[in-house]
Amino acid sequence: MESLTPLVASAIAAAVPLVLAALGELVVERSGVLNLGLEGMMLLGALAAFAAVAHGGGLGLAVAAGIAAGALAALVFGVLTVTLQASQVATGLALTILGSGVSAFLGRQYVGFPAAASFKDLPVPGLSAIPLVGPLFSLNLLGYVAAVLLVGVTWLLFHTRAGLIVRTVGESPAVARSLGLRVSRVRYLAVLFGGAMAGLAGCYYAVAQFKMWQEGLTSGNGWIALALVVFATWRPLRVAVGALLFGGITALGLYLQTVGVHVSTFALASLPYLATILVLVFISSNQQALRRNSPTSLGKPFFDGD
Amino acid sequence: MKLWSKLAGGLGMLVVACAASAADPVKMAWVYVGPPGDGGWTFAHDQGRKAVEKKLGAKVQTSFVENVPEGADAERVIRDLAAKGNTIVFTTSFGYMEQTLKVAKSFPKTEFYHATGFKSAPNVTIYNSRMYEPAYLAGIIAGHMSKKGMLGFVASFPIPEVLRNINVFTMGARTVNPKITTKVVWISSWFDPSKERQAAETLIGQGADVLLQNTDSSAVLQTAQDKGVYAFGWDSDMTAYAPKAHLASAIEVWGGYYTSVAEAALSGKPLKKTVWGGIKEGMNDLVSVNPIIPEAARKAVEEKKAAIKAGKFNVFTGPIKGQDGSIKVPAGTTLSDKEIDSINWYAEGVEGQLPGK
Repeated sequence: MESLTPLVASAIAAAVPLVLAALGELVVERSGVLNLGLEGMMLLGALAAFAAVAHGGGLGLAVAAGIAAGALAALVFGVLTVTLQASQVATGLALTILGSGVSAFLGRQYVGFPAAASFKDLPVPGLSAIPLVGPLFSLNLLGYVAAVLLVGVTWLLFHTRAGLIVRTVGESPAVARSLGLRVSRVRYLAVLFGGAMAGLAGCYYAVAQFKMWQEGLTSGNGWIALALVVFATWRPLRVAVGALLFGGITALGLYLQTVGVHVSTFALASLPYLATILVLVFISSNQQALRRNSPTSLGKPFFDGD
Repeated sequence: MKLWSKLAGGLGMLVVACAASAADPVKMAWVYVGPPGDGGWTFAHDQGRKAVEKKLGAKVQTSFVENVPEGADAERVIRDLAAKGNTIVFTTSFGYMEQTLKVAKSFPKTEFYHATGFKSAPNVTIYNSRMYEPAYLAGIIAGHMSKKGMLGFVASFPIPEVLRNINVFTMGARTVNPKITTKVVWISSWFDPSKERQAAETLIGQGADVLLQNTDSSAVLQTAQDKGVYAFGWDSDMTAYAPKAHLASAIEVWGGYYTSVAEAALSGKPLKKTVWGGIKEGMNDLVSVNPIIPEAARKAVEEKKAAIKAGKFNVFTGPIKGQDGSIKVPAGTTLSDKEIDSINWYAEGVEGQLPGK
């Protein structure tokens, strides 16, 4: 048991940015918008955060820069999809490609240096020493922030009027409109929130986990986070569970090797997607389950005349 | 993404092409698997390229394409470079082997140099560095520095080059502490900082307190520093990434070789001999040894290094035992280069099962 604790720690470290990015995307999708640009926004956020500390800024500035970069990219997405009604899928994919390219291009000068400042682990005395669950109490600041956001988003989405509005807009923008809600504005806010969260996730990679910049730093985790939202059937707490599972898969594969079991890392890398497909098959096999679990108007543009 | 770097590389070559023809310099091109800023493998090759430029100035014209994946893309890039009039093309990753051979057939007048491969052709020459020499020296230091008697190795692919580095790292450490063991984690990648980091975390979690990696980024070293254990730099001097955890760096030095290839081409007699150099030939070294390392360890390293330089010591001289204790190299025998290049076994002290066995 004792020797499994580092495995849990590794899984949690990998899960935190997935939770951040997926929570943001979950809110976006709950408002009826599908933003496939997660990976691109995360990379832009990561680069902005790294650049902030590289130019002498503090960690506060890094977080602000990461959030701002993610939100800015999301704003572009919002203008294109919400205002101009462009295809959400195509725009999102374009955003991923753009974000990867731009971050690689602008980031060339930062390759090859460690981050000038980084988040340190802040263990809670006593609790962090408990076997297995200890790592939950030994996160860095962003890790604790992710935990707070997890609870906060759940509460906002399901226990407040604002959350009800977001969900209504995602279920039926026409109904929302007839109730006098401003669909475009709600969707813009959701998209911006998603971008900010993706930027924060990128910031975590750059200055809390890897403490470096390289092209494609997020190594496909944006796609994992997207899969995670579906896997979690659009419920925040399930996102956290899924993130631990997905984050733990690689860690588990590497751990198994050290105890003498060899599992192909390629096979492991495909597991999150297989799991997501299974969930999709499961919920779409039944119209009831599908309706209950996914935002009905997901991905459908809506023109509300604003 | 990759597209950008290719575009940039393409533009660069275009500029180079336009500027040519004044004094007919030798046109040399490099194909890199990673970015020159990886601080490791590609960085070392790019340092070599720069050394050629510095030494020969206007007599050569160099260019490179970075981040070229080891697949169909590589063939296109190599073909492109040859078609653009480069008379010398260096393909600097193991996975470019088949592509290099294929393109070489269509460009018989271009000399191709492939790093770390094992297949040659009339105009494809192989060059490699005996990284197992500095890896062995690193093992000696690891043997002195490990308190728990467990080393960790983050490995890429189970090919002979990597297997022998795992073996010699363990063998070097066992000259100090005969009971030391090495745990290995395979990540199926040369350059993936996130996996490299997780692998290092796993090994440290299992009790390994000195790490070495046969991967290209500095992630393992940085992880070691975060977790308060030790590690080495690989391919390039990585002291700056983690000064506390960094024990020493096993580095590649390509400048001398690249310059000799250029000079041979300038003299009209292209270099065609397979070169497999080590510490003796100045193609690699163990540098930036951390001052915290005890005197005894430094002395042992210096002695072995001197013996290797003098040609008196070969790392693969028996007796060497395999993982199960059986004799792999009998006392008094030394493995030939061919045998060294086909090692497919773990030495005694390496734990776990070889992947695919």
